[in-house]
Parts: sequence; C-alpha cells; structure tokens
Amino acid sequence: MGGAAAAAPAALGLGLLGSRGEVEPARAAMPAAADHAGHGSFIHASFAAGGTVDHRANGFDPTELLRDFDYGKTRRLASGRLLREWEIVAQDREIEVAPGVKYEAWTYNGRVPGPTLRAREGESLRIRFVNGSEHPHTMHFHGIHRAAMDGMPGIGERQGGGQVDPGEEFTYEFDASPFGLHLYHCHVAPLASHIARGLYGAFVIDPKDGRPEADEMVMVMNGFDTNFDLANEVYAVNTVGFHYINDPIRVERSSPVRIYLVNVLEYDPLNSFHIHGNFFNHYPTGTSLQPTEFTDTIVQGQGQRGILELEFPYDGDYMFHAHVSEFAELGWTGFFRVGDPSRMTAAAAAAAYCKLPWGGAAPA
Amino acid sequence: MEAGSRAERGAAGLPAWALGAIPLALIVAAIGGFALLGGPGLGERTGPPVEEVAVERTVLRPGEIELTLRNDGPDPVQVAQVAVNDAYAPFVADGGNEIGRLGSTTLAITYPWIEGEAYEIFVLTSTGGTVTAEIPVAAETPEADAGFYGLMALLGIYVGVIPVSLGMLWLPFLTRLSRRWVGAAIAFTVGLLAFLAIDAGLEGLEIAAEGPAAFGGSSLVFVGALVAYLALAGVDSYLAGRRRDAGATGATGGIYLALLVAIGIGLHNLGEGLAIGTSYATGALALGAFLVVGFAIHNTTEGLAIVAPLRGGAEGTGERPAFSRLVGLGLVAGAPAILGAWIGASAFNPSLAALLFGIGVGAIVRVIVQIAPSMADEEGRLLNPLAVAGLLAGIAVMYLTGLLVSV
Repeated sequence: MGGAAAAAPAALGLGLLGSRGEVEPARAAMPAAADHAGHGSFIHASFAAGGTVDHRANGFDPTELLRDFDYGKTRRLASGRLLREWEIVAQDREIEVAPGVKYEAWTYNGRVPGPTLRAREGESLRIRFVNGSEHPHTMHFHGIHRAAMDGMPGIGERQGGGQVDPGEEFTYEFDASPFGLHLYHCHVAPLASHIARGLYGAFVIDPKDGRPEADEMVMVMNGFDTNFDLANEVYAVNTVGFHYINDPIRVERSSPVRIYLVNVLEYDPLNSFHIHGNFFNHYPTGTSLQPTEFTDTIVQGQGQRGILELEFPYDGDYMFHAHVSEFAELGWTGFFRVGDPSRMTAAAAAAAYCKLPWGGAAPA
Repeated sequence: MEAGSRAERGAAGLPAWALGAIPLALIVAAIGGFALLGGPGLGERTGPPVEEVAVERTVLRPGEIELTLRNDGPDPVQVAQVAVNDAYAPFVADGGNEIGRLGSTTLAITYPWIEGEAYEIFVLTSTGGTVTAEIPVAAETPEADAGFYGLMALLGIYVGVIPVSLGMLWLPFLTRLSRRWVGAAIAFTVGLLAFLAIDAGLEGLEIAAEGPAAFGGSSLVFVGALVAYLALAGVDSYLAGRRRDAGATGATGGIYLALLVAIGIGLHNLGEGLAIGTSYATGALALGAFLVVGFAIHNTTEGLAIVAPLRGGAEGTGERPAFSRLVGLGLVAGAPAILGAWIGASAFNPSLAALLFGIGVGAIVRVIVQIAPSMADEEGRLLNPLAVAGLLAGIAVMYLTGLLVSV
C-alpha cells in the first residue's frame, strides 16, 4: 500500500474511490488492481461494493453534518447580554451505520452525533431539553456551570434538573465558559449504553474575538456496538463507517482548514486521528490560542477533544483515519480531496512544493 | 357400559379406512382453520428477529476466502458486511445477501490472507448481529482435481485398505487357537469395536455441534445410529431366514459374521476418512508419515476383528474361506476410508458428517450385538475372565494406538 501510494498518489486515490468522472490523465497511471475496488482487490478495508447508506432515511448526511453548526436563536437581554437558545429533543430512531446495517439509536434531534451547538464566550445559554424517547435521559454539558445544571441524575432534582423522564422536559441555563471545544452527552445510568446509543454531540464556544477565518468542520469519532457485546462492530467519524471514502471531504488547496475533533467512542480506551501527507497544529480542548504541537497524529481518550488547524499544500486525495489500525479498517477512515486531483501535474506539484510553509508555522 | 356398546355399534357401521381417515381429516381441518384465522390468541412474536446462522464450509483460495452460510433460525437473515480479522472486506454473495430459513449462501470475500496465520471472520447482518467463523491455520484449500482425488485415494488406501488387510493375516494364527482363546479373540474384537463406537459417537457429536441445528444437529448422530442398527438387523434377519431355507453350514455363518464386522468397520473408516479429508482440506492436518503410520497401526487391529469370527466360536470348523472373499472383506472395511476422504475434502457438510458418524456407530453396535455371544465359554458365561481380559485389551489397544492419530 505504502509503495503504491508513493508511486502514484493521485491515481491510487481516484481508482479506489471509483472516481466521479474527472480524470483521464491520472487514470492511465492507475494500478490495474485499483480499477475495481471491491472486485478482486484489497487496497484498503472497505464495505462490499455497491452498498450505500440511505442518508435520507437516516435524516442526516455525514457530509452535511460536517459543516453544520447550530447557532440557536439569539436575543438581547435587558442587561445587554446576548441570550442564545436551543431546543433539543431526545428521540429513539433506527439509523443505518454501515450499508445495510441498522442500529436502534437514541438521538438528540434525530441525528448522531447530535447538533453541534455553537456559542461565543460569555453569552447566556438556554437549552430546552424535551425527552421524546422511551427512556430517561439528560444533557450533561462539559463546561463551567452550577451543579443543578449538570444533567446528572440525583444532583439537580430539586431544581427540576437531574434525570428527565420520558415525556418530561428541562431547561439548562448557564454561561458559555470557558472558550474551547467541548461536548455534551446523556449522563443516565448505565452510562456506557446511553452514550454508545448515540446521545452525544460537540459543543463549541468561540473565543470573544473569534478565531481566524477557515473552512471549519466537526468530526465526532464514534462507534457502534451493533450486537451489544460491549465491543464496537463499526467505527466512524460522524457515524457512518467509511463515509468519507465514498464521499471525500472537499477542501481548497493552500487554504486554512479547522477541524473540531471530539472523541466519544465507548468500549475502547483510546481513539486517534492521523492525516496522510500533512501536519496540523493541535490545540487540545481549544482552550488556548497557542498550539501545543505540530504533528500528524494525536490520541484522545473518551471525552477528550481538540482543534486541528492545517492547510493542504498539494492537490490530491489524502487519507485520514484512526491510527488504531483496527478502528481504521472497521470504518474509521476517510479522504480529503484537495482541489481537483486530475489536474495535478508534475509542474503543479513542484510549484506547490515551493510554497510549503517551512518552519511549521501555524496557518494564518 | 351402554354408551360403550352403542359406540361399538356406530363404529362398526363404517368401513375400516373411514375410521382411519376421520381423525386425519379432523387434524387437517383443525390446522387449516387455525392457519386461516391467523393463529387466534397467539399474536405476533415479540422481540427482535432471531438470527441463527451456521458456517458450513470455508474455502481458501489465493486472495479470497469463501464462506458457505446456512440460516439455522426461524427468520430470514440479511448479510450486510463482512470483516476479516477486524477489517471490513469486499465480498460477493452468490446466493444473494438474503438467506431464507434453511437456505444458504456463499460469500466470496476478497482478502489477502497469509498462509499459516489464524483468521477470525465476522459477518454483520442487517440487524447488527454477528456470525463468526474461525480459520485456525490458513492454508489453500486443495483444488478438487484428479491429482487431488488420487492423493486422497492413496491416503485412504494407506490408512484403510492396507492396514485392515494386514490385520487379516492373523487368520491362520487364529485357526490354530483353542476354542477358549478364540472366545478371547472375539472379546478383544468387541472391546475394540466398543471403543470405536464411543470414539465415532463423540466425534459425530462434536461435528454436529459446529453445524446448523435446524437439520437436527446432534440428534443426527443418534438418528444415524438407530437407522444403521435397524437396517443391519433387518438385513440380518432376512438373510438368516434365507440361510435357514438353504440349509447353510456354519462356515457361511462365519463369513457372514465377518462381513457384518467388515461393514461396521467400513462405516467407521468412512468417518475416519472424512475426518482426514476435512482436516487436510482446511490445512489443519499435516500429512506426515507419523500420521499414516499411526493410522496403519490403529487400523491393523481392525483386520483382526474381521477375521476373528471366521474362526468363529461354536461353529468354528476350520474351513478356509476363499482368498477372494478375504480380499472382498478387506475392501469392504478399508475402502470407505477413500470415499470418506473424498467427501471430507471436497464436499464437507457438518450435518452429513454427523449422520455418517451416527451410521458408523449404529453399525458397530449391531456388530457387537451379533458377535458378542461368541465370547461365551463352555459354561455359557459371556463375561468370563478371559473374555473380560480380551475386552479390556481391545479397548486398551485402541486407546493407545488412537493417541498416535488424533486428527
């Protein structure tokens, strides 16, 4: 794989993706085996050829979910502060996590991961949570707030918080603090199964002055224990295994990309993120504006998250995946498609090479 | 009393066939009505669908693993994805992705497996359930060409025909024995056969446990045993009747008993061949000289078992059976190993194998019942000291030689 990829990166990428009509020059250089991924070749782990997930039936498409930030509704309070409000409904829903594989998920607003809630540091937040599921749930936010707003059964009951039974509702109120990348999830016991069923989402609090302009996207690393044996059968970013192989994430060349990466994976102690042919600046938990590391691989335990910033200097298809190879081959693998790989020529590659930001400086 | 006699009169008014047909018609009507009404009072089964799928056969070719799945449960099963050693792999299902009840499909999985490594495959169904298959040691499944069948035949001859024939060379020795010692030899045979019956029974149960339960699973072994026992008993009484009519002599009785033993052992060797062929095909068996030697020693004693009745008990006349008949007995007992190896290596099916093992057990038990009376001493005691010693010796020899050939 490594040798073949080095020899003809663009060609290999296109070949195994089944290509979308672009192409000709690259195709000529393509290894013959890559011609029919799923028919007599094993370039990388993949699902059976021809199968696709019905995103319409699922009610969400991981490609759209990627850049879907939910800013809620805002209004100005008498005090002058901005109040930001959301309504979140817990729903039981069957979703397709791999082509042909159905899973009885528990969701926030019918999607897994739940909506990416985004606010700005210091705002007043109000989240009305309605439990439309057949099971008791809560919304437990990572952040700084009073105990009663913690979504923790047994703690907030006197204020009406704590466990929210089916048909009940509760409104969480707290301030957006601290800035960074956080998450929310259900905290009803048994915790592992309430999380594993799909009750989680990313929670972004922007710094007061915001962050530099970039193509921003959310990746929630998750998995599904489809046979309930306390081990995951399907791994993914944003729920559908191998989704971004079938539909690579399109990004511009030499343009900043920001990834909000959250790990909620249940049943496995660690998860990781690795990108091919590139490095990124890592801001753990996003709580500092200074990156701690310039790297191509990071490891996250459950609940850990971080912001990754990078630029792609070259056109082409670049794989990203868990560097826990088992997860990668069980669905947690995708591609970035930079520019139009079919137009990638030796001259363009050389030109791109000259623009490489030496010194590992943070993009923009 | 009065009611009873009225019933008798009523019944007597109908022809016999009608009396037989009426309950049948009522049963049909009851079942039909029940089905038409949709099973009143029962309702739908609750809970998620029950998925039971057995892996019947695994074939390895370069770059490909082929699994044959059989749906063993009450509901249809939809195969969605397949992972080999925790990596999803592309596959094509030639029988379609949906497997109906008792139906099967074959998955051709593209995967660059490596010889000597172990693989665990999980098949993910549409409900998220998993079916696992294990390949303990990966090795290419031999192509079933002429050369392969030749090799299996050769193997069958090595482990079946040759050792059994060699064992039969004890016949001249047996003819010189006194009646008491012949009884002991018969007892030795019985002990040996008893061991084989237990061994084959356990083997059959083990294979049945791997296969689908819908076809009977472990009960196939017992069914096979019962069928074989009854079939041989039927043939036996039929032939006995004919022999009486023809005024047959004792010598033919001896050869007849020997034939029965040969058939029983033959069926056992069919199972043995099956085990060898299967193990060879799945790469679990190295065809070392040690194994062949082990089988040879193990099966030589079976030859002795066949010829023991020829010098049989009370009827022993010392009359020599024709050489051609001896060869025939050797083939009946030994050649099924060839057939077994062919089946095992090319068309292995756990249910069929369990049934065949069961048939072997039934045949052997029938043979034991048949020849055990010849163990008796002058006073008619079956378990006389010499016979018991013979029985134990037979079991011990089989046990010890069996250690050489645990497939």
